[in-house]
Order: sequence, then C-alpha cells, then structure tokens
Amino acid sequence: MKTDFRSAGLTASEYSAIRELLQREPNFAELRILGVMWSEHCSYKSTRRLLSLFPKDGEQVVQGPGENAGIVDAGDGWGIAFKVESHNHPSAVAPYQGAATGVGGIIRDILAMGARPAALMDGLCLGLKTSSRAAALADGIVKGIAGYGNAVGVPTIGGKTLYSECYNGNPLVNAMCLGTVKLDNIVSSRTALPGHLAVLIGSRTGRDGIAGAAFASSELSDDTRSSRPQVQIGDPFVEKLLIECCLEIHSKGLIVAMQDMGAAGITSSSSEIAAKSGTGIRIEADLVPLREKMEPWEIALSESQERMLLIAEPEHLDEIGSIAAKWQLECAAIGEVTDDGLFVMTSGGSTVVSLPAEMVGGGCPPVLWPSKRPSSETTLPDGGTGPLDSSVIRETLAAILRDPGISDKSAIYKQYDYMVQTGTVVPPGRSVSVFRVRQNGRLIGVTMEADPWKCSIDPFKGAAETFLKALRPLWLSGAAHLGMTNCLNYPSPENPENFWVLEESVKGLAAVAGDLSCPVVSGNVSLYNENPEGKIMPTPMVGVVGLFEKNLLPLEDQSASGREDIFLAGDLPGALEGSLFARLTGNGVHEGRISYDPAKESSFMSRALETARGDLATCARPIAGGGLLTALSRICISSNMGLTLLLEPPEITPGLLFGEWGPRAVYLVPEGSLNGFLETWDGFPVKKIGFTGGSSLSIGDREILPVKKMQKCWRVE
Amino acid sequence: MNTSVIVFPGSNCDLDVVHAISSALGTQADLVWHDDNELPQGTELVVLPGGFSYGDYLRCGAMAAKSPIIRAVIEHAGSGLPVLGICNGFQVLTETGLLPGALLANRTLSFICDFCHVRVERNDTPFTSLYRKGQVLRIPIAHYEGMYFLPGDELAKIETANRIVFRYCSPEGEVDDSFSPNGALNCIAGITNEAGNVLGMMPHPERASESILGSVDGLPLWQSLSRWLEGRNRS
Amino acid sequence: MNYLAKILVFPREGVLDTQGKAVGKALGRIGFSSVKDVKIGKYIQVNLEAKDEKEAETAAEEMCRELLVNDLVEDHSIRIERIVL
Repeated sequence: MKTDFRSAGLTASEYSAIRELLQREPNFAELRILGVMWSEHCSYKSTRRLLSLFPKDGEQVVQGPGENAGIVDAGDGWGIAFKVESHNHPSAVAPYQGAATGVGGIIRDILAMGARPAALMDGLCLGLKTSSRAAALADGIVKGIAGYGNAVGVPTIGGKTLYSECYNGNPLVNAMCLGTVKLDNIVSSRTALPGHLAVLIGSRTGRDGIAGAAFASSELSDDTRSSRPQVQIGDPFVEKLLIECCLEIHSKGLIVAMQDMGAAGITSSSSEIAAKSGTGIRIEADLVPLREKMEPWEIALSESQERMLLIAEPEHLDEIGSIAAKWQLECAAIGEVTDDGLFVMTSGGSTVVSLPAEMVGGGCPPVLWPSKRPSSETTLPDGGTGPLDSSVIRETLAAILRDPGISDKSAIYKQYDYMVQTGTVVPPGRSVSVFRVRQNGRLIGVTMEADPWKCSIDPFKGAAETFLKALRPLWLSGAAHLGMTNCLNYPSPENPENFWVLEESVKGLAAVAGDLSCPVVSGNVSLYNENPEGKIMPTPMVGVVGLFEKNLLPLEDQSASGREDIFLAGDLPGALEGSLFARLTGNGVHEGRISYDPAKESSFMSRALETARGDLATCARPIAGGGLLTALSRICISSNMGLTLLLEPPEITPGLLFGEWGPRAVYLVPEGSLNGFLETWDGFPVKKIGFTGGSSLSIGDREILPVKKMQKCWRVE
Repeated sequence: MNTSVIVFPGSNCDLDVVHAISSALGTQADLVWHDDNELPQGTELVVLPGGFSYGDYLRCGAMAAKSPIIRAVIEHAGSGLPVLGICNGFQVLTETGLLPGALLANRTLSFICDFCHVRVERNDTPFTSLYRKGQVLRIPIAHYEGMYFLPGDELAKIETANRIVFRYCSPEGEVDDSFSPNGALNCIAGITNEAGNVLGMMPHPERASESILGSVDGLPLWQSLSRWLEGRNRS
Repeated sequence: MNYLAKILVFPREGVLDTQGKAVGKALGRIGFSSVKDVKIGKYIQVNLEAKDEKEAETAAEEMCRELLVNDLVEDHSIRIERIVL
C-alpha cells in the first residue's frame, strides 16, 4: 500500500522533516498517523507561538495549559478543572451528533484530570433565523447538547448565544465543562513509567471519524467500504457509565495516568502520555476490542467516542477489569509503557508503526504564517451622535429587545437539564451562572463571552473587551476571577490579514490576562472556519471562572423590589463602534472613543467586589450588548417594574443610552446603603440617573415603553 | 430514616437524593446497586431516582424494571413500607406494574427543565402529611417523557379511588390543562398505588429542598416520610 | 437454525402519538394534502436461534411481552424470516 504525503494531509516541508527525523521513509500507517497528528487540529502548529503569549501563572493556578484541562484552587482543598473546546466543523455537517460529541469530548477532558464533571456551558454562534438552513443547524445543535448533557447528568448552567449571517453555514459550538477535584488527588498524563499497562476502557472501537475527504478511496485498502466517511455517534449512556467507572477506579487509587481519546484516538492519547512522561509506549492493535474488522492504522486513528486510556500498574489490572465489568464497559490492556521513547504499534506479531513518541505527540514543526495588517481596518464613517427623540428611542429599544442576541433564550436553555446535581444557584439566562461545589459548599461563578463585531473593528481592543465582558459580571456579582479558558475561532490563518487579526486578538486577550491577573489555564483553537459563502468574523470565545467568598450569595442582576435609586457606575456615554445600536440602525459610527484602560478596569473591579461583599446594592448589572437602556430593560422585564431616568436632553445621546465598551454598570441602591455605596465608588465616575417604580420605562416625564410591552418584545411574542 | 436509593446504570439523580435527605434530615442514605438481589437490612424508604436508566433506550424505565433489585423493591412495597419513584423512577414504577399508566413524550416534543407548580391533592399519605391539602408547591421538572397516560376507564377508576397526589396547576392553584407543562392527562404529576405507600411523581423534590436552590417546597416530603416512619416504628 | 424476528412496535389506537401528529402536520404543510394520519413507532430486529419458525415466533412473542412492548400503550407485529447463511 503506497500513499503520498499530500493525501495524508502533510506539506512537502513537513514530509521532508519527517524523513530527516526518521532517517528513512515513513510507511503507509506512519504517514497516516503523522498526517493526523501534525494537522492543525492536533498540533496547534499555526498558533503555538501565539499561545505562548498567554500569561499562565498565578497563585490560584494549580494546573496550567498542557494537560487535558486547567485547574484553579477553589478553597478547602478543592479545585475546579475547566476547559472549553470547539466542535465547529462536525456540527456544521451533522448538527445533532456534532454538538453531542462536542459535549462528550469536553466532559472526558475534565474526567481525565480525575475531576467529577459538575457543569457545562455552551458558546453558540449561530446563523440568522431567517435562513432555514441556519435555523435547522441551530435546532439540531441545541437538541444535540440537550440530548447528551441531560442523559449524562451534567447540568448545562449557561453560556453565550449570538447570531450573525457569517455563521449561517459555519456555526460555532464551543462546549465548556467544569469539574470538581480534590487538589491532592489530581490525575496527570505525565506520570507513566515503563512497565505500566495501557488500559482502554469504554466503547468498542469502530471506524468513526476516520477516512475523511483527504483520503481518496483508491489509495485505501481494497475494500472500498472501509473508506466510507462516518459521523461520530455519541452515546451519553456509555459516557455516564464511563464517568462513574473511571471515578470509582480513581477513588481506589488505581490510576497512574489518564487521557481521553478525542481526535486521533489511541494514537494521540498514548503518544501524548509517552511524550509527556518521557517514555515510550507499545500498543498491540490486536488487543483493541473492535466493532468491525479494521486495519491497524484505522485502529490507531479511530475517533470512536466514549473511550478513555488509563495507565495502570499491572497488578491492578484485575481490579480495574472488575470495576469496568460492573459498569458494563469494555476493558482491555492494549499495550505497555516502554523505556525506548518510541510509539510502537504491533499487529499479528509484526511492528506496523515505530515513531519517536515525541515526534507523534508534540513534534510538528511550527508554521509561521505571514501577517499583514488589513488596509481596510476602519471604514466606519464619522457619525452624528446628537440627542435622540423619544420615538426613535422607543423604536430602537423595541428592536434591540427583539434582537435574537438579546431576546429571551429560555426556549433554548429549558431544553437543557440545568438543575441536575442540585448545585445550580443562578440558572442560565443571567449575566453570571453560579453553581455550588457540593464537597465544600463554595459558590463558583462562570461566564462565557464572545463579541465578534468588536473584534472585527479592532481585534486587539475587541478581544480585550470580550475578555472584560466575561470578567465584569463576575466582579459585579461578587466573585473574584480565578482563571480563563478560551476557544479561538478564526478563518484560515494562511491569509496574512486573517493571521494578523488572530495575532492581535491573542495579544488583546493576553494583555487582559496579564494586567488583571486572570491567567489562561486551558483552551483550544479552531481555524479554517470558512465555506464558499464566506468566512466567520474573528470570534474568540472566553470562559472565566470566579469564586465567591464563603457565605456570600451572588448579588442579583435583574431584580428590582421597590423604590430605589439607579446609579450608573462608569462613563456616561459608552462607545458605539461595533455596538448593537450601530448594527441595527445601520448607523456605523466612528467616534474613536474605544480604548483599553487596565487601570480603570482594575479600579472598577475592586469597587464592584467591595459593593457586592458589603451588601451596598440590591442589584447590579453590567452594561453590555444594547447598552444602558437594554440593561435597565432587563431589570424591568424580570421584576415587572418600571423606572424613570432623570436625564436632560443634551445627555440623551445614542452613546449614553445604547453605547457599549468599557467598565460600566447599573446599580440599584436602597436608601440605607447610599453613603456606603458612594464612598465605595468615590474616585470613579458614578452618577445617580434615576429611580425605580411605576409600570413604564420613562425618561423624565416621557414614557418610552410600558413594561408589558418590553416583556412582549423581549419574549418576541 | 433508613433510605435505600437504587442506582441503575444511567441514574443521575441518585446522589442528589442522598444529598437532599442528608441536608433535610441529617441522615445518610445508602446507594444500592441495581444488580443486588436484596435491599440492605432495615431499609425503610426505597427511592428510585431520576436519570436515564439504560440510556432511556427502548422505553424509559423498561430495562431498569427488569433489574434484579426490583423483586426486592416489590416485596418492600408489599410489606407496606414506602417506595418513592421520582421522574425516571416514576417511569420505572409504571413499567414494573407497581403503579398504573405510562409516561409518554411531552406534547411539546421537547425536553423541559423548569420550575412548575403542583397542587397537593392528598395529605393522608406517608409522603405528604406535612403539606396542606390544596397547597401549591413550586418545584422543578426535567423530563422528555412526562405526559401521564392511562386509558379512559382506568383513569376514571384511579380518580374515583382518589389516587392522584399531585396535579400541575397555576401559581394560584388552579388546575387546568393550560398549566400542564407536558400534557399529562387530568394534569397528573404524581400518583400512588391503592395502599398509598408507593408514590410516583415527575417533579423533583430533591431539587427543591434547599433555599439556595430556589425552593424548599420539597422539604416537607422528606419530613413527612421521616415522621410517618417514626410513628410506624412506635406503634 | 437462525431466524430474524422483525418486530414493529407502534402506538395503540387511542394513545396520543405526539410525534406522529407533528409529522403528519409537517407533511401537510409541505403539500401532501392526502395525508390523513401518521403513526410513528419503532423497528426492532432480533437475530435468534430456534428449532423452527414457530419456536422463533413464540420466543419473539415472549420477548415482546416481557420487555420490548408495553401493551398499555403499544401494539406490535412480528415477522419471522429464516436466515440462509
């Protein structure tokens, strides 16, 4: 069987690097394996250099990037393992299964750390509902997440959902999982020693996920059916058993190292363990439990779901086997850790693959794509931002509340079991999702954010703002951030302008991570998000985890109870670049007001935390998409109460009412807390802008919208 | 209260029930594996928890109903001690025949996770003695197959026999089909067997047993059981 | 001898078949005005060993009664086919 390197997905220079390293020609199976392992998806070859810009350290960081997930310290000897991962391309082809297996994969990443998966978040960038194809994809994706997450018993407690035409044929599915782990009981993938066994637990192996388009059938085995492309099918029932089984094995101290089997299955999991542990590994293909007859290279690369690779001491094999049998799972010792540094696969007594593990599991030479600043970076015209009259405000606000990115998402999240595990303290649909760690009673806040419109306007500041939009709600609710995970969703890096945008976005995220001490502990990159209809906007998806002080409950973000003063903390006008207002009104405004000011963010953070911890307000809400009026409307809608803004005509500008960007928030402050509140915010822009009460949102004596009408708009009734 | 929570492959509310009972009553519940033939000695309450036993494949609860432990559960019920099936556990109870009827796909044809309201129809059962009759509970549901079904004549029989314990209702307690999230016949959310010691319910009391989770309306259910068992032990 | 028991399981008359109803409506919406009613059930195929066709059928019937079918809400039909190797 011969193949050429191109059909295996390698470039000429990669192929010659392989021959150089091996000092020989790779055989067919080796070429296939390297083709997959050196792909962008597995090797991060285009972005490794960029990702090294991320600050990764902090005293709260227990495990940074490089493992299956990052871990931060959540107090009392417990940690939170978390990571976000994309499943974009599979979801574009088969939305239900693509999204479902994305959820399954990220859960296993968390499990691989020895953690119990405790919560899921979903970042979804969907096409417009007016496209029937995009709507069908969106429906399938949501049903896939529900079908898998619900059955596996991990609550989906929140996320981010946004809509743009650029995702019509290329939806983004970024699944984030968080797990709880005892800090002295973390599993690593770098602790294997020669003589240990490689044990495969879970489903049988089949041809899932291999034989992609690059593999022309004429070059495959004679049996042409073996080239059939297959969608990976998820089985949440088996995943649930796998979680319980692995945690039971772990609780008995029988796991030396563990790795989930995602992309490139046995090959990636075993070679990565060997490469990280500084050992070799030998896998016997004939010992792998199969669903159908397969070639050794297919066994090596199969992406069958719901499988884990455990490294264990030989004397524990029987006990591991009996626990697996209890959970009705396949369990087989399929190989052994060796001391020769090689990833070896044997079949029928002969060696079919023999490659340096380091070369397979981490050896792809980086690719340095050229980078070029786009010439057409800012094309927005200067816009008029004079005072708005009431009827324009009314129509604009109604349109914003009906916008799919702002409107009620309960039709989505009610399909998710967001309460299983009885830890969900703040459910989906809020600016922060909060869950309780059952083992120590501590509350964890989680946010997810993406803002591709702002990243399109200025990738550095846009990415920084995306990150800050994930941080601010945590601070406002009273949670101190612990760490960040991200998924970088971009089009092809081979286009120099695309690469420049990616580079700038990473720098923007890195700046915030460093300036505000929120280290990046895990993440994932998804490139080539384009199709014949176009490419996606730059979409970094950021997930942040925060911790509440003991016995502190999250500050409300949407409830008004009686007559209270409304304060705006932050600059009066926000910026309109890339705002929802600008998009809806076609009023592309360029005011040159956007900035990234870390000192100001830091000052906002400490005051916000102090306000929440000092119980100085009854409600705090960040001003984000749709601006001030949108934030206020959300409070009116959920508390069924109106409010009056005391603003004078010259102030009633689009920037004040609908501007975004920067640290801005609305607070509801009861009379008794006024002094404390103002003291806390002394030295930061803060202004009383109105009071709650009544049944309409009004500016001065002019009614903008009755609450009933706002509710109807927001629920798109 | 000695509680045995049965764990089927795919159960996922087992630990939640253990946690709820422990935080409500301060007593530890045992997890019992479906493959066992016996309940632990001294078991007073058996809980069949929610989840997706056997992946909900074939029919929800059908395969779990054939588990070895079920024989012991049936005997336990026969002895007059309480058996509680929550959500998937309710589905298992109907499949075993301990309770009549079947749970079919929601009329919305979608999974629904939400708080809903149910009205307490009976407070003369071991499960509900600390509720007021007519009391409205705010309590979560999370299911795809929760539409209670029973052919008309049999439905009339269980209605006459007063075996409905919970019905979906408005926040004010009005029972009407429009307040039923899943289309259950007669808005049925929970029923008992003839003797009243086996209760199946779609809502999750274990999710409404701590104020931090948004409702404590499930708490009296555990407390009622505990009190009923104490009374039984005394007599 | 090996037989295939091809079992069809479908909602009983009088049981609300939400899926069938939804699909029936959808067919109507896209122009199939001739559609009167749709029922959605499931197909179960059991490969089993039996002395003869009758024994295979008896076994399949028992499987339906014991596990595969809930006769409160479901009807079923069985077709037995001999597998010729």
